[in-house]
Amino acid sequence: MDLAFTKEEQAFREEVRSFFRDNVPPDTRRKLVEGRHLSKDEMVTWWRILNKKGWGTSHWPTQYGGTGWTSVQHYIFNEELQSYPAPQPLAFGVSMVGPVIYTFGNEEQKKKYLPRIANVDDWWCQGFSEPGSGSDLASLKTKAERKGDKWIINGQKTWTTLAQHADMIFCLCRTDNNAKKQMGISFIVFPMKSKGVTVRPIQTIDGGVEVNEVFFDDVEVPYENLIGEENKGWDYAKFLLGNERTGIARVGVSKERLRRIRDLAGKVESGGKPIIQDAAFREKLAACEIELKALELTQLRVVADEGKHGKGKPNPASSVLKIKGSEIQQTTTELLMEVIGPFAAPYDVHGDDGSNEAMDWTAQIAPSYFNNRKVSIYGGSNEIQRNIIAKAVLGL
Amino acid sequence: MDFDLTEEQRLLKDSIDGLLTDCYDFESRKTYMKEKGGWSKAVWGKLAEQGLLGLPFAEADGGFGGGGVETMIVMEALGKALVLEPYLATVVIGGGFLRHAGTDAQKAAHVPGIVDGSKTLAFAQLEKNSRYDLFDVATTAKKKGEAYVIDGEKFVVLNGENADTLIVTARTKGNRRDTTGIGVFLVPANAKGVTKKSYPTQDGLHAADITFTGVEVGADAVLGNPDDSLALIERVVDEARVALCAEAVGLMDESLKTTVEYIKTRKQFGVAIGSFQSLQHRASDMFVAAEQARSMSMFATMAADFENAKERSNAIAAAKVQIGKSLKFVGQQSIQLHGGIGMTMEAKIGHYFKRLTMIENTFGDTDYHQRRVADAGGLV
Repeated sequence: MDLAFTKEEQAFREEVRSFFRDNVPPDTRRKLVEGRHLSKDEMVTWWRILNKKGWGTSHWPTQYGGTGWTSVQHYIFNEELQSYPAPQPLAFGVSMVGPVIYTFGNEEQKKKYLPRIANVDDWWCQGFSEPGSGSDLASLKTKAERKGDKWIINGQKTWTTLAQHADMIFCLCRTDNNAKKQMGISFIVFPMKSKGVTVRPIQTIDGGVEVNEVFFDDVEVPYENLIGEENKGWDYAKFLLGNERTGIARVGVSKERLRRIRDLAGKVESGGKPIIQDAAFREKLAACEIELKALELTQLRVVADEGKHGKGKPNPASSVLKIKGSEIQQTTTELLMEVIGPFAAPYDVHGDDGSNEAMDWTAQIAPSYFNNRKVSIYGGSNEIQRNIIAKAVLGL
Repeated sequence: MDFDLTEEQRLLKDSIDGLLTDCYDFESRKTYMKEKGGWSKAVWGKLAEQGLLGLPFAEADGGFGGGGVETMIVMEALGKALVLEPYLATVVIGGGFLRHAGTDAQKAAHVPGIVDGSKTLAFAQLEKNSRYDLFDVATTAKKKGEAYVIDGEKFVVLNGENADTLIVTARTKGNRRDTTGIGVFLVPANAKGVTKKSYPTQDGLHAADITFTGVEVGADAVLGNPDDSLALIERVVDEARVALCAEAVGLMDESLKTTVEYIKTRKQFGVAIGSFQSLQHRASDMFVAAEQARSMSMFATMAADFENAKERSNAIAAAKVQIGKSLKFVGQQSIQLHGGIGMTMEAKIGHYFKRLTMIENTFGDTDYHQRRVADAGGLV
């Protein structure tokens, strides 16, 4: 047992850190620190910088453009990326559909899609959830009927993140109504500008528009847009969701936010002195930092285990990451609310582009608190995570 | 970055787990508790035979040169089996003082007896008003020529009844809450002027309140600097906290396991109560708490070797906070999920709960350590 990073790993961290320092556009970083939304251009610009460096698809197999890093290097890269902070690669392309395509797709599909995913020539979105299918995803109803060399797709998806920017969607569709619900699903990809696709924005409680409803009305899709085998989509979806086990804790994001809290708490006054001098507040902050340290170690246990025994055998500790990671993210946004106190209230009608300098540091704190309620809901709600632990780990 | 045990460490784990499986079932424990001082001489002898009592001592001193990870392995196993024997008092704390500050003569006088199991130690530190502050020492050690004369009262000294040698903190200079002027002394338990009042503790261990009245010891009794040993005390107590964290992890593991087994077999409304989602989620949260505790126990084990004392203390304090929160949740919910049977002395789960609870109140509780971390500028 040795929890120290090796010299090589430390040097790697330095390399990553200095690359971010020299290459992340300062405005992009500032917006992330302040909890603002980035424009599509800002995100794509950064991702292309990352891709040019060869780090855009770092975890892919080397033959498809991956880096061949160890699991500890991936961990370090992610932590530095999150805590710098810089935008994370577009998960829907790089972490979700990309691995499905290089694992289950045919050669033609790999050649067609992978380079475009890496360079974000196509912005991908995820067509999984439906109005009636949240935690019970396998009950989905969106239907793809085969007609000759085409699929005809009808139905509705929801909570589709950033669909307003998307060029492509990967979609779980029911292709066999008679099979057991998990067995009749296929994984189909198609352009968002196909005739019959309608995107309707959903405004969330923070005032932002990150998610959308997507409607399919007799959308015609070439048959070859099926990835892998017909009616095997559920397996691919499970593969896809299981791929990003360790990233979900978002330890780096919480670290960065805790640094910001310390910084602000040294400036904002309460009772005539900085709020960091208030013992009750300071202890709450310390409590959160301690929880995060424990989570970081739990995550490293999973990472080290993957490095040693491969990704095949999930470490029971990995189930902890989603629950604790989301709880801590939510606590950090609560602490920020506590720091700014009454200045949480003003709502910036100008939006969050940073143009209103009078509100540059307070405007996004309440929205970020509201927005972060989602983290214990998405990706398998924390209640679903508890079901998983009870069943898979405790054998209940 | 490596969380795995080495081959030798795995063997150590297997051997102590095997030993305790053989001789430490819940019924045997009840008979050990009735022996003088509350633990079994025979089991202690077996621990000695397997080399466990000499584990952390240098080979040159007759030990086996084990490090923090080895102690973690042993303490987890002792926790899992709810062991009564004074490993913490004798090997971790007593041994810690000897390893870090003992002269060659002191080591020669004490280590062999610890290693072969013939002698045990106890740490006489807590005072009536000191609570968790290690520097808060009213007991005095006044210099008399080359000798020292110790006067004062110490409380809840674990293994105080059986110990052959007491390690006593006492003030040679200054006022009760000064951080300097504190010394550490090796005092024979049968020295003139030592009186003991022994009693069982809530968790089935035994402790004593000990009064020192004009107890005279020679210069050879002094461990480290008689006028400035707070750093030494902090270091050894930090190691004791780390050991308690590991013991708690073992206790939590066994509590969770026992509880999950119970709700799988206990039937109500015609089904196992473990089929109810409210109980499944509670058990899952217990698992999360136990895993977070395990992570911090590992972190604390590594931190014990940090060169910077402030960073070491801060990291170990953080671990004690996490362990405190986790053990309270796991302990309380173990009883809750057992229902009425969990309330009885007959079921073993309550005894795990009681030991966990006492760990929370030993060498600083959650609030105490959380405040320390907060005042040290956090844990970033």
